[in-house]
Amino acid sequence: MSTVNPNLTYNYKVVRQFAIMTVVWGIIGMSLGVLIAAQLVWPAVNLDLPFTHFGRLRPLHTNAVIFGFGGSALFATSYYVVQRTCQARLFSDGLAQFTFWGWQAVMVAAVITLPMGFTSTKEYAELEWPIDILITVVWIAYGTVFFGTITKRKAPHIYVANWFYGAFIITIAMLHIGNNLAIPVTAFKSYSIYSGVTDAMIQWWWGHNAVGFFLTAGFLGMMYYFVPKQAGRPVYSYRLSIVHFWALIATYVWAGAHHLHYSALPDWAQTAGMVMSLILLAPSWGGMINGMMTLSGAWHKLRTDPILRFLVVSLSFYGMSTFEGPMMAIKTVNALSHNTDWTIGHVHSGALGWVAMISIGAIYHLIPKLWGVREMYSVALINVHFWLATIGTVLYIVSMWVNGIMQGLMWRAVNDDGTLTYSFVESLEASYPGYFVRFLGGAIFLSGMLVMAYNVRMTIRQKDAVALDNSAAQAA
Amino acid sequence: MSTFWSIWVSVVVLGTIYGCWWILWATRKSQTTDSETERTTGHSFDGIEEYDNPLPKWWFYLFVSTVIFSLAYLALYPGLGNFKGLLGWTQYNQWEREVELADAKYGELYAQFGNTPIVELARNEDALQMGQRLFANNCAVCHGSAGRGSVGFPNLTDDDWLYGGDPDSIVHSITKGREGVMPAKGLMPNMTATQVDQVVNYVLGYSGRARDADAAEKGAAVFAQACAACHGADGTGMQAMGAPNLTDDIWLYGSTYERIEETVLYGRHNKMPAQEDRLSADQIHILAAYVYSLSNN
Repeated sequence: MSTVNPNLTYNYKVVRQFAIMTVVWGIIGMSLGVLIAAQLVWPAVNLDLPFTHFGRLRPLHTNAVIFGFGGSALFATSYYVVQRTCQARLFSDGLAQFTFWGWQAVMVAAVITLPMGFTSTKEYAELEWPIDILITVVWIAYGTVFFGTITKRKAPHIYVANWFYGAFIITIAMLHIGNNLAIPVTAFKSYSIYSGVTDAMIQWWWGHNAVGFFLTAGFLGMMYYFVPKQAGRPVYSYRLSIVHFWALIATYVWAGAHHLHYSALPDWAQTAGMVMSLILLAPSWGGMINGMMTLSGAWHKLRTDPILRFLVVSLSFYGMSTFEGPMMAIKTVNALSHNTDWTIGHVHSGALGWVAMISIGAIYHLIPKLWGVREMYSVALINVHFWLATIGTVLYIVSMWVNGIMQGLMWRAVNDDGTLTYSFVESLEASYPGYFVRFLGGAIFLSGMLVMAYNVRMTIRQKDAVALDNSAAQAA
Repeated sequence: MSTFWSIWVSVVVLGTIYGCWWILWATRKSQTTDSETERTTGHSFDGIEEYDNPLPKWWFYLFVSTVIFSLAYLALYPGLGNFKGLLGWTQYNQWEREVELADAKYGELYAQFGNTPIVELARNEDALQMGQRLFANNCAVCHGSAGRGSVGFPNLTDDDWLYGGDPDSIVHSITKGREGVMPAKGLMPNMTATQVDQVVNYVLGYSGRARDADAAEKGAAVFAQACAACHGADGTGMQAMGAPNLTDDIWLYGSTYERIEETVLYGRHNKMPAQEDRLSADQIHILAAYVYSLSNN
């Protein structure tokens, strides 16, 4: 409908860089995950060294997968999507390059400092204050590039994918700065400016929105471009986009308090966190419906297109986790699930099933376009990857459900005289089979990532593959 | 919280819910059709178009029902600032009620042994089984599931007692807790390195393990000045202070030269928490019988 400027080119260089690093950080982060999963089955795998201990590698695992893998996927896709849907080149090539190298520097700093034991101890915000400052600077540059590009747009409206990317960028900036305010005492040690339950609440305000905005809103942005694009169908309902977008961003910021049920947090804050989490169900499902229904009329493509399979299965896992989340936020359910492996399973049904699968699908869609080839080197290998990822995810979450519910029930079981039936260590012993299946599921998922790395490498090494740095806008 | 914050909390909570409600209804009202349509909004982004489909009905009602549930929940439970909720529920009174119910249900079970002397109770299989469970729930995390202790946590099976092993002392230890403090270098803050070596050798000498007989001999004078006030002139300790007997080769913090040197140099501070707020007097009575039985059967 709009006229395309024949001189318009897109900056694909930064998209290519982030796309490759998505695969690299995915493999690093998931390998660490498999390693620490192995440590829970065979404790000797921690090598008895402080640097390879579970307590230090676990935050490195979460940082590498959330910010390395997920972050790179978000940078890559948002830069691609914002350019193509706005019909405008990135606001600044220089700043975009800075976000790439800056973000990689953050991740390398994480790889160095976390195993050394430098940590602020805040979950998903463990990095110490100098790195936090670097993150802030990179993030402001990211926002400038993204919103600068939106302002330059030739399209009259702003596409829904960009609403989600935009909300994600703004909210993460606010939460990152808010949660990491600290008083430095040395170059690598600082203390939070908050104390007691306020600190806990601010931490989970951030913690749950690392999930809600980083891992949900951002990836919904991804979904809104790659699903209709890959399916070749219009988005199901613009109205639904409007309602679920606003309701999702309004309620997600409230949800963090459900991590602090039955704690020193005042009752009113717990209640507010719980009801907002429940209201969140419909807005979350709005995204799933819009993605799924976009496929109506294109379901047959699932038979031949494994990329579309990745996208559809990711939406199914998204729907499942966003039902599970509100349910677990109910106080009575939480009383059973809290501190058990159920939480770990819930997180991974989101992380592996939703975030990783949609990113993988998006990257398979992107790579050929960024290197000017028709399709990936091997579609059959994408299919192999799809099955490895699906089986891995299912094994992971089912084992953690079983473990979690078993632990919850064992911890609350009482004898005839009111004493606890089981000691903690008995519940741990009973968890071993589940830990092994989880390790197996993780290893299978990781093997899929290795297949992907091979496929990506072979695709870009084909002789007709050309890195398209300044692609003409018309190239679809 | 102050009235201002109470109003603030209520306004933002209800405002957020109202906002969701409003955008849901406003969007639905402007729908021109109830059934699926092929009409698009007319936008196209990089070739992606958007249908002008209505909100799915079942989804709309799901949304409405979560909002209604939440409003009802906010009426019944505390959520809107200082408003207590119609049910008067708090997490604290829920806990109190659960404790009350448990007391009503299990109280008699524990009370049946309340009048049996502990020495006698320590031979009652039923009481010991209950005591063992109480121990597993409340004590085992520090003293070990078999009561054999660990570094810093006394072994309860060896008939060596810091504060006394008679029934009354055990009950007191559990009920009120204990706090043991040994100051660094005892009563001799100016103790020299040589004197530290001497007194460590002297203490090791009690169990025939002095490294340096000469130093151990000289250590006697240091001991008399720095340690004897609590551990006794003969080193057999003093239960009133919780000062360990040093002559029985049972060591709370380790028996090596290095560990004892560390104890002398830096002192020790240890605490057993009081259980009176967690356990009833009847439960403590049974628990004490179990602990007593560990070294008296």
